Amino acid sequence: MRILFMLLVVLALPAQAALNVFSTVPEWAALAQEIGGERVRAVSATTALQDPHHVDARPSLIARARNADLLLATGAELEIGWLPVVLRESGNPRIQAGQPGYFEAAGFVRMLEVPGRLDRAEGDVHADGNPHIQTDPRHFLAIGEALAARLALVDPANADAYRSGYAAFAERWRARIRQWEAQAAPLKGVAVVSQHKAWVYLYDWLGMREVATLEPKPGVEPSVAHLAKVRDQVASSKPRMVIRAAYNSARPAEWLSAETRLPIVVLPFTVGGTPPAKDLATLFDDTVARLLLPLK
Amino acid sequence: MKNVPLFALAAAGALSAFPASAADADLKALREEIAQMKNAYEQRINALERRLVQAESTSTQAKAAADKATTQTARAGEGKASAFNPEIGLVLQGQAKRMQDVPERVVSGYWPSGHDHGGDRRGVSLEHSELMFSANIDPSFRGVARFAVTGAGEVEVEEASVSTLGLGNGFSVRGGRFASDIGYQNAQHPHEWDFADATLMQKVLFGNEGYRQDGVQVKWLAPTPFMLQFGAELGRGANFPGTDRNKNGSGAGAIFVKTGGDVGAANAWQAGLSFLSTRAADRAAHFEDTGGVEAESFFSGKSRTAIADFVWKWAPNGNASERSLKLQGEVFRRTEKGTWRCDDADAASPTTCTGGAALGDLATRQSGGYASAVFQFMPKWRVGYRHDWLARGSKAFDDATVFGLLDAGNHYFADFKPRRDSVMLDWSNSEFSRLRLQYARDRAMMGVTDNQVTLQYIMSLGAHGAHKF
Repeated sequence: MRILFMLLVVLALPAQAALNVFSTVPEWAALAQEIGGERVRAVSATTALQDPHHVDARPSLIARARNADLLLATGAELEIGWLPVVLRESGNPRIQAGQPGYFEAAGFVRMLEVPGRLDRAEGDVHADGNPHIQTDPRHFLAIGEALAARLALVDPANADAYRSGYAAFAERWRARIRQWEAQAAPLKGVAVVSQHKAWVYLYDWLGMREVATLEPKPGVEPSVAHLAKVRDQVASSKPRMVIRAAYNSARPAEWLSAETRLPIVVLPFTVGGTPPAKDLATLFDDTVARLLLPLK
Repeated sequence: MKNVPLFALAAAGALSAFPASAADADLKALREEIAQMKNAYEQRINALERRLVQAESTSTQAKAAADKATTQTARAGEGKASAFNPEIGLVLQGQAKRMQDVPERVVSGYWPSGHDHGGDRRGVSLEHSELMFSANIDPSFRGVARFAVTGAGEVEVEEASVSTLGLGNGFSVRGGRFASDIGYQNAQHPHEWDFADATLMQKVLFGNEGYRQDGVQVKWLAPTPFMLQFGAELGRGANFPGTDRNKNGSGAGAIFVKTGGDVGAANAWQAGLSFLSTRAADRAAHFEDTGGVEAESFFSGKSRTAIADFVWKWAPNGNASERSLKLQGEVFRRTEKGTWRCDDADAASPTTCTGGAALGDLATRQSGGYASAVFQFMPKWRVGYRHDWLARGSKAFDDATVFGLLDAGNHYFADFKPRRDSVMLDWSNSEFSRLRLQYARDRAMMGVTDNQVTLQYIMSLGAHGAHKF
């Protein structure tokens, strides 16, 4: 009886005019919001403080997927541990793989670190390449363009608004990229150590060099033996900093920093990872600013 | 395309060096032709260069063009027929168990559910190895098959089901053989369990492997902001507590409702209520007659099971890679009503039941449950504690008739509350491998306090489907 009553309350709510966009990670929700403005209501399944590889198929995610008009995923197997279950349980035909309501960002950029050989002895490798594509701001142009087209397909009534929304975003974004590139010029050629192989696209963009990772293999927790090896390596390869994402465990980088006096740089990784990283633009403002600190 | 102009230019070079023995007219014609070709190619090269300059005007535009090109070539390479092969996964599981040698191990007071894959064997043993295949069949259907291969070489079809892919309006339908969605742990495969063995509750309700339906399941997800799901199943009902009854139509029906949501970013929960109704015809169990000779008893009647389940998961900020806590519990109540009879287990050894004897009516009501907590205290390492309990419950039958034929000392008649406490420590090198050490103080059988130590491995090869909450 009570359930029926609650159902009625829910159904009686004013029909939501906004397009329901369900994103697996915060960056695509932010991008959809930039393009669609108030025409979309984008929510993210995960926060920047959660490890996107390890997420539970929580009941709340199933409920959200049920009502979504468009699902935004990174793809490249980043969400393989939970998204298939959520999609199957949702009973929502609009967002199933292959439908217009299913959007994978990784399909629109050039993937790096595509493994030549697939073997789990290499750790958590992804057949389609490194999935952390959001660390290069240039990717948001290609992905944004595709996303605007997809929004127009799913919600044809607002097609023009999405196209002009993207055009305005792209113009702002290109100017921003030039700005960040100018600011980050001193980072070119700088050697760094990273905790997880999460930054390959960022390094590719700014011309930085990764000389070691704290994880012995992608997705394998750093061991003391491996950290000691990295410490010895630091002496010869002279990195300037050790980089970790906000969601990574703090201890491995702290250990290395204590041993080698290397400064630790905690990057937001995605929207919400640090207090200043409130949206896409501030995400890269903060990322570049934090990377430049140890060089001063 | 790139090779053509090079070849043409090379040919042109060779021709221009040709001795002047050929007719002048021919030579002139050739030279004109080559000049034209050169012109054409120069124009095209110029055009390409212009385009290149345009493309390089900003780094972003050039990258986008390159990205598009590589994505397209990468996509083209995926068109092999073998790419359509189903996902294949294999779970290898085995254990070494130290426990007492108890001849007819039973849970006192409960009708034996029989059937297991050898998890109750002493010493080193191979538990079952699970082979899984799954793939989308077409845009509307998905198929899953799981085969359990026991250490003794038997193959059992654990699951062979077809489900719809987004039927719409929150509906989904599944058919074939599948693990019933009643309760929480029932639908989990042994490699997903947090402890090395099944709960006592599962053992007495359905047997170690849980309740499987051969039938149809319909689920509906309500359009609510929190999860609210209703489900119904109709099945053959051949599995314990029912039996195969060789009839048309359905032999078992189940309904369930599940709800769940988040509390902040750090907590997620799920709760459910389920109900299973089935019938048994001559469901057999071993008893001893009043003379201590083995006889067989058969129950025929209705069996109804209600289960309430609850799961709560916590992790700091919802990030379970460092620390996390999982609290889980289920309780059940089973009522059975029908008649029973007994007969010789072996024709060569006559009993008080020889020739078949009616035992009259049997009505039982029994309940129990378990509660467990599993804490991940650092990456890779978890500890857990589980408490299993079963109530004595009530059994109504005609004492004079029954005890005139069967020994009152049978474990089924025991005035006893089965209990078990388990602690475990497990280590997962990755999400594909797990080693577990478990200690259990098992008091499920009257008169036996069994201190059990289990060392178990669970290894997953190949494609491994996502787990449910």
